[in-house]
Amino acid sequence: MTPQTQTEVAAELVNVRRVYQMGSTEVAALDGITHQFGRGEYWSIMGSSGSGKSTLLNILGCIDRPTEGEYLVGGSPVSTLDDDQLSELRGARLGFVFQSYNLIPQLDVLENILVPVMYRDEWPAWALDRAKDLAERVGLGGRTGHRPPELSGGQQQRVAIARALINDPDLILADEATGNLDSKTAEEILEVFDELHAEGKTILLVTHERSIGLRAELTMKLVDGRIDEVVENRSS
Amino acid sequence: MIIRSPFLRTVRLGISSLLLHKLRAFLTTLGVLFGVASVIAMLAVGEGASESAQEQIRQLGSQNVILRSVKPPEDQQSNQDVRVLAYGLTDSDRLRIENTYPGVRSVIPVMQVPEEVRKGTRVCRPRVLCTRSDYREATGRVIYEGRFLSELDESLEEPACVLSYEVARHLFPFSSPVGESIRIGGEYLEVVGVVLPRGPVGQVSIDSSTEVGGDLFLPLSAGRRMFGTTQVKMRSGSRDITEVELHEIIVDVRKAADVPMIADACRAMLIREHNDKDWEVIVPLELLLRAEETKRIFNIVLGSIAGISLLVGGIGIMNVMLATVTERTREIGIRRALGAKRKDIVIQFLVETTVLSGCGGLAGVALGLIIPAIVEATADMPTIVTPQAPALAFGISVGIGVVFGLYPAWRAANMDPVEALRHE
Ligand SMILES: Nc1ncnc2c1ncn2[C@@H]1O[C@H](COP(=O)(O)OP(=O)(O)O)[C@@H](O)[C@H]1O
Ligand SMILES: [Mg+2]
Repeated sequence: MTPQTQTEVAAELVNVRRVYQMGSTEVAALDGITHQFGRGEYWSIMGSSGSGKSTLLNILGCIDRPTEGEYLVGGSPVSTLDDDQLSELRGARLGFVFQSYNLIPQLDVLENILVPVMYRDEWPAWALDRAKDLAERVGLGGRTGHRPPELSGGQQQRVAIARALINDPDLILADEATGNLDSKTAEEILEVFDELHAEGKTILLVTHERSIGLRAELTMKLVDGRIDEVVENRSS
Repeated sequence: MIIRSPFLRTVRLGISSLLLHKLRAFLTTLGVLFGVASVIAMLAVGEGASESAQEQIRQLGSQNVILRSVKPPEDQQSNQDVRVLAYGLTDSDRLRIENTYPGVRSVIPVMQVPEEVRKGTRVCRPRVLCTRSDYREATGRVIYEGRFLSELDESLEEPACVLSYEVARHLFPFSSPVGESIRIGGEYLEVVGVVLPRGPVGQVSIDSSTEVGGDLFLPLSAGRRMFGTTQVKMRSGSRDITEVELHEIIVDVRKAADVPMIADACRAMLIREHNDKDWEVIVPLELLLRAEETKRIFNIVLGSIAGISLLVGGIGIMNVMLATVTERTREIGIRRALGAKRKDIVIQFLVETTVLSGCGGLAGVALGLIIPAIVEATADMPTIVTPQAPALAFGISVGIGVVFGLYPAWRAANMDPVEALRHE
């Protein structure tokens, strides 16, 4: 089922299960997922509501752990890492883009972009310039001093993307990143993802919208916590 | 503005987070503010009160042992019209002390005469004390003008007297009394000097009341010659005649270390020599020690009350921080997803509580310095702010911020990131 690629593996799932205990019954949100995401690939993860997309993305993003099976980022198994090491890994190698932007309201644009840098052991010399470049790049160069409530949804999501990129992550994880946006703004955001893909970033985009899913290079379809199919989309 | 120092960045973030709810932050701060202010104010009032008590005791002379005559309990059968009651300390008591204890510098007799003092139409009732020249040295009274009684006055039975300042001002409102004569009972005495009062000079009133307090000193020999040792007092139709040789004996001890021993020896001697308990022994040094003990208890009580108010402030902080943590669950989830370790979250919230309690502490120190000043100005009570008090109170307030912030911060840090991110 996994497409044969010559590229390096960015993230690998080996027979991953994620079981929620609901009273006496168990609900398997993920039920035996084995898959490799290659470096530089652009994936959409699709499925109906409740099929396990978010659960999968949380495990890929190391904010949740599999109940069974193993998840490896860049070759190293996550189960061997403690909480602090996981935090470090999230900050340094993963970039999150959420449906509801999730900016920190008391910080301005530039500070929000720099949050992942603040949790590094040292403050790198490039951080400020890079944050300004990224703000410029997502079209918010003139608004670095604004706070999130003063920005539109599309602008906030651009800040979130810039924030996801600040530490130059191995994986960009987006859960319904355009879910709260109108179609025109969503299109602009998706264009940013296209650009990032063109630059060689690995992107995993969760969506339930077919039209959006088709923009990715590859699509994984989930049904009831299992991989239903993996398709390679015709690029236009 | 991007601050590079991680700590200052966290502090700034804490402040801007607190400013999202200004009123709440302000009200929370009030709890600590009043706690700290009450700690400082209570300590200042307590310190001031005990200091003035100790000052009064010190004026008795911490190197003195004071023996006083006390009227023994009255007998029921003595219901005659004329009663003669002889009691109290005697010259032989004085001589016995003087001759027995080598550690004693002097043993000063004092006899009190219950007479009014007059100058023309002005009358007052000070304590009229017949004593010797060394009284002044033993009690540390300061000469304002003229001189104190001398040994020559004593041996010549001079009708000389020394007024304390309040008496002098009452009898001679506009001029110096030195060289003038005054009348006590039927006797005329010449004023040779004025000594300062024990209280502050400003409190002397120049009205016509006879209750001016104060003292008048005259030579014991002259006093005995003029007034004898019997005092007659008219009381509801009957005459009370009492006979007291000495009302007070002041034992001036050379070394403070010997004071307790000599006090005990005096007590033993008086028990042996007197059938009735017609005396008491006052040891200012013991009173001083007792006053210090009282002060210690006072401080513990005040400290506990102030501590409780600080505790209440701390609970207020904890309450608000728990609400804040719940409110900012999502922010915590975001930060965790973006690489914050548990430790980072703990520090973030601890900094916020510390900023809260620290600001409350600073404002409390300011208020705590103002309150004693107001108390002193309005209630006429002495207050003393020791330098340790504000430092201690501020330190405690910061400590309370940390202690009561720990649990909310710990709660925040242990949230499940996935759950936190889902939180609305
Ligand atoms: N914290 C949870 N506790 C219990 N069940 C959960 C929890 N999170 C998700 N689930 C269940 O897991 C399944 C997958 O959820 P999710 O990954 O959110 O689906 P999707 O994102 O595809 O809509 C659903 O049946 C959901 O009810
Ligand atoms: Mg979902």
